[in-house]
Amino acid sequence: MRPFTYERAASAAAAVEAAQAPGARFIAGGTNLLDLMKLDIEAPAHLIDVGRLPMAGIEATDEGGLRIGAMATNTAVASDPLVRARFPMLSEAIVAGGSPQLRNKARVGGNLLQRTRCAYFYDPTKPCNKRQPGSGCGALEGLNRNAAIFGASPSCVATHPSDMAVALTALDARVETLTAGGGARSIPVADLHRAPGDTPHLETALDDGELITAVVVPPAPTGGQAYRKVRDRASYAGGLASVAVAGGRLALGMVALKPWRATAAEAALVDGADPAEAIGRELAGASPLGRNDFKVPLVARLAVATMAEARAAANGGGQG
Amino acid sequence: MSSVSDWEAPNPVKDNRGGLIGKGVDRYEGPLKVTGTAPYAYEVQPPSPPAYGVMVGAAIARGRITAVDIAAAEASPGVLLAWTHMNAPAQPPRGTKGHPRSTQGSKPALESDRVAYFGQPVAFVVADTLENAVAASHLIRLSYAAEGHDVAFHERLDAAGQPPGEQDVEIGDFDAGFAASEVRLDETWTTPLQNHCQMEPCASLAWWEGPDRCVAHTSVQMVKPAQHGLAETLGIGRDDVHLLTRYIGGGFGGKGQTYDDLTLAALAARALGRPVKVAFTRQQMMHGTIHRPATVQRVRLGAGRDGRLNAMSMMTWTHCHRDGAFTEHASNFARSLYAAPNRLTGHRLVKLDLPHAGAMRAPGEASGTLSLECAMDELAEQLGLDPVELRIRNEPEVDPENGRPFSQRQLVRCLREGAQLFGWDRRLPTPGQVRDGRWLVGLGMAAAIRGNFLLPAKCSFSVDADGVITVRQGMTDIGTGTYTVLAQIAAETLGVPLGQVKVEIGDSELPPAPGSGGQFGAATAGSAALMAGMNLRRAIADLATGDPGSPLHAGDPGDVTFQDGVVAIENRSETLSDLIRRAAPEGLTVEGEIRPAQDAQKWSQQTYGAHYCEVGVDPVTGEVRVRRMLGVFAAGRIINAKTARSQLTGGMIWGVGSALHEGNPVDPRYGSLVNQDLAQYVLPVQADIGELDAIMLDEVDDKANPMGIKGVGELGNSGAGAAVANAVYNACGVRVRDYPITPDRLLAGLIAKGM
Ligand SMILES: Cc1cc2nc3c(=O)[nH]c(=O)nc-3n(C[C@H](O)[C@H](O)[C@H](O)COP(=O)(O)OP(=O)(O)OC[C@H]3O[C@@H](n4cnc5c(N)ncnc54)[C@H](O)[C@@H]3O)c2cc1C
Ligand code: SF4
Repeated sequence: MRPFTYERAASAAAAVEAAQAPGARFIAGGTNLLDLMKLDIEAPAHLIDVGRLPMAGIEATDEGGLRIGAMATNTAVASDPLVRARFPMLSEAIVAGGSPQLRNKARVGGNLLQRTRCAYFYDPTKPCNKRQPGSGCGALEGLNRNAAIFGASPSCVATHPSDMAVALTALDARVETLTAGGGARSIPVADLHRAPGDTPHLETALDDGELITAVVVPPAPTGGQAYRKVRDRASYAGGLASVAVAGGRLALGMVALKPWRATAAEAALVDGADPAEAIGRELAGASPLGRNDFKVPLVARLAVATMAEARAAANGGGQG
Repeated sequence: MSSVSDWEAPNPVKDNRGGLIGKGVDRYEGPLKVTGTAPYAYEVQPPSPPAYGVMVGAAIARGRITAVDIAAAEASPGVLLAWTHMNAPAQPPRGTKGHPRSTQGSKPALESDRVAYFGQPVAFVVADTLENAVAASHLIRLSYAAEGHDVAFHERLDAAGQPPGEQDVEIGDFDAGFAASEVRLDETWTTPLQNHCQMEPCASLAWWEGPDRCVAHTSVQMVKPAQHGLAETLGIGRDDVHLLTRYIGGGFGGKGQTYDDLTLAALAARALGRPVKVAFTRQQMMHGTIHRPATVQRVRLGAGRDGRLNAMSMMTWTHCHRDGAFTEHASNFARSLYAAPNRLTGHRLVKLDLPHAGAMRAPGEASGTLSLECAMDELAEQLGLDPVELRIRNEPEVDPENGRPFSQRQLVRCLREGAQLFGWDRRLPTPGQVRDGRWLVGLGMAAAIRGNFLLPAKCSFSVDADGVITVRQGMTDIGTGTYTVLAQIAAETLGVPLGQVKVEIGDSELPPAPGSGGQFGAATAGSAALMAGMNLRRAIADLATGDPGSPLHAGDPGDVTFQDGVVAIENRSETLSDLIRRAAPEGLTVEGEIRPAQDAQKWSQQTYGAHYCEVGVDPVTGEVRVRRMLGVFAAGRIINAKTARSQLTGGMIWGVGSALHEGNPVDPRYGSLVNQDLAQYVLPVQADIGELDAIMLDEVDDKANPMGIKGVGELGNSGAGAAVANAVYNACGVRVRDYPITPDRLLAGLIAKGM
């Protein structure tokens, strides 16, 4: 960790303004940023603590959806009665991530913007275009069992580890932001993260110093919801793959550097394909690297099982 | 000359009049640890404010440092010193035993420009705060000339040789026996490199009392060798190093030696004239300390249709550092476990440029049972026999390799009682038959075996005018319960309540004991404690019967009883504190000592157990969850039911990790390990372990030591992983012989089976 200065933002506007300083960064729960600072992967000169801004509320919207403040803790969202009633899958997805201690600390905004868990990104002695643009990609020909099968580039094959983002993508949620100029924006969660291209260090659609203030979830689509995640142990582990189903919408996790909306599968379902066929259509576009080949059949099987679970949930049944 | 027959006489532990032996006494230091008030080495308060040292690891696996630039680090705020091999203090070459009384050689740090493994500490910064030291450490620039490294174990098996001084052990004619067997199995298993991942990383705090005396707190399992090694490194007398290790947050063999944190803390404290603290980071622990090496294990079993083994072979390939000599003796336990007239076992060692391999909880058995105990399961299936029955049919009467009688062997009882308690009869021999929701459910079992050892040790016992007994010993408690167990032995021996005993350990100035390791700790340290306690009883009895002021005066010292803090001869009695206060107000101190018996080698001496496990396999994803696990163990007399059970269940969880989770892949391009923190290095968490229990059979092994106790610290993880793997097979019909059995590996098998 390098020396840095710290301030606690008095308001969202003040936070955005302070963020214009060179090397400034927001810190929310700090569960990701501080780890990276300790490893000298991130070295912000100035931290703006937004964690205590009064943006932690969870309110019903007039349309029947929810507006979730960006500073709500992961635990608060997962245990909120409205969330559980309207978007049980969001609650399941959050609880599938990290550990209770992490979820108590982590915020909605921070979770969406957490960085990859690629092992080569975490080891500063290794080449990594995301950490050090132009240095190469250690994972490309390395032990990349957990690498992406969609949307990767030779510059970066990492995946995004957030569970919540996968659920929000299937739920068609949007983030609301406050920009440097004081303007507000609304961005679909599905468009929040960028494909790596040849600039994997540029990760999101946000401008420098743009603050996420809330996540807005539209009313749930008809049909059931379900979230399933496969991981190497029962808890406290990033996923090998996950699937979020909300009605006819499908998002895949840990298969790309962003939550992957399975549009080809959704289209196939609309055309009357059965679940296996539909996910097969999506996976036809996958490009695994060898060590992560297993993700293709894994996602195929997991998607079918998760869709079945969602159907059962819609019919009032329990989960298998 | 000592003999096991010397241990036959009654003693207070055997008599157990106070009932403290075997009781599930809470760990004495438990409340300190959970309230954060147990001072581990890094948290000890030094006499003056400490400075903070941070190490920098090498970024290549093999080669030379060609240039160093420490100027920016030296100029960084708060920095007190920055060292590389260019400017570090001179130290004796590695392994020097210059001092006549030293047994452990020097361990210099930053000794040369050579890089021998990735992560080797190559630079060091000390600053006034940890933050300043860390920040400065990022400013150190090192240039390297890399030389080709050789880390690809599986590609280098051809280069394997016999471990130094070893030969294969063959009994009968294995090849002929195997060829003639009606039923044969020949399979190969692999286990990955594993890291200890102790909660407390290696850490040290050192300061100097004058120019020639160093006080060092460190986290090490063996105090005396650490003291000797540090003295050699610093070039001072052994007795001029006072080395302490009061609390240890897990050792598992990884702290059987010291590392550069200790050397550098002591050198920097000397250079700066103030206390210096140094700790490994979690990331540095993975490379900078030892690991359990990967293995390849080929098992061949030949049997008759009746299930009797005719031929048994287990060959292990493993690796250690180019400059090292450690061998993971994964085949050794197989020499004692099952009867078979034709036997071949041995090891092959490949030297690599990976960090140093070393001992990790149940070295040998932990890896080795993962193959042989699964091979037995596979053989049972081929034979159409129950796996428990197959093991019972191959139960030897004497040690099958050396013909020695067993001191105690209750393996069959463990197998039978475990089967009954677990409900083994509900297992369906055909895999894949039981479903519970989305899970396929299977049962598996395996045998457990681990050697038992006794080493020489000393101990002192004192009684003071308040009747308080103080046990002093250069022993360590690595979280296993040593403090508590020693207190129980002392209280039982002197007939005082537990609250009247103090235990001081983890200090090089106390009577030497070998420390914690190889599951010899409680037996060794405890036996020395019993001996010292008996000597103190005698001294107190002599004092009482010789003191005209005592009601026991002129009695026979042999008739004195010790109970509830009172010494008595029949109805003549007084409290221990009254006696000491009057007759020996300065207190009494005596020593005692245990030595291995000369004739102990006449017996084959092991601890045994049987593991039973129920898992669920999700046939869609290949995920495995342990639902139930039971271990039944026979390991001599149990001193503390609670700490022993914790050791055994902890070992079983360890086995779950070996089967399903743990392993650190090597990236051959960089010669480094991929997983460098506890998020990436996957150990089982609470949610991975369902119901779990360990049961200890009544046993007294009178050939083991005067108390008849044996070790339990490593027995629990011997065989546990194999029981899990066998349950996975029973659940879904897929055998994965490359550990750990991760979802991707199991999925491949499930798909291949058309599931
Ligand atoms: C061991 C471990 C395992 C984990 N496992 C999982 C898992 O399985 N699934 C999962 O989903 N997550 C997992 N997590 C991630 C955890 O959920 C994240 O660390 C957490 O969500 C980040 O939230 P935070 O508030 O602490 O973010 P911080 O660390 O405070 O911030 C993260 C990033 O977001 C930026 N930021 C924060 N808030 C805002 C905002 N409002 N506007 C703009 N930028 C902002 C910060 O500048 C920083 O770059 C794991 C974390 C750990 C340490
Ligand atoms: S995959 Fe991306 S994050 Fe990982 S090493 Fe390559 S560039 Fe870095």
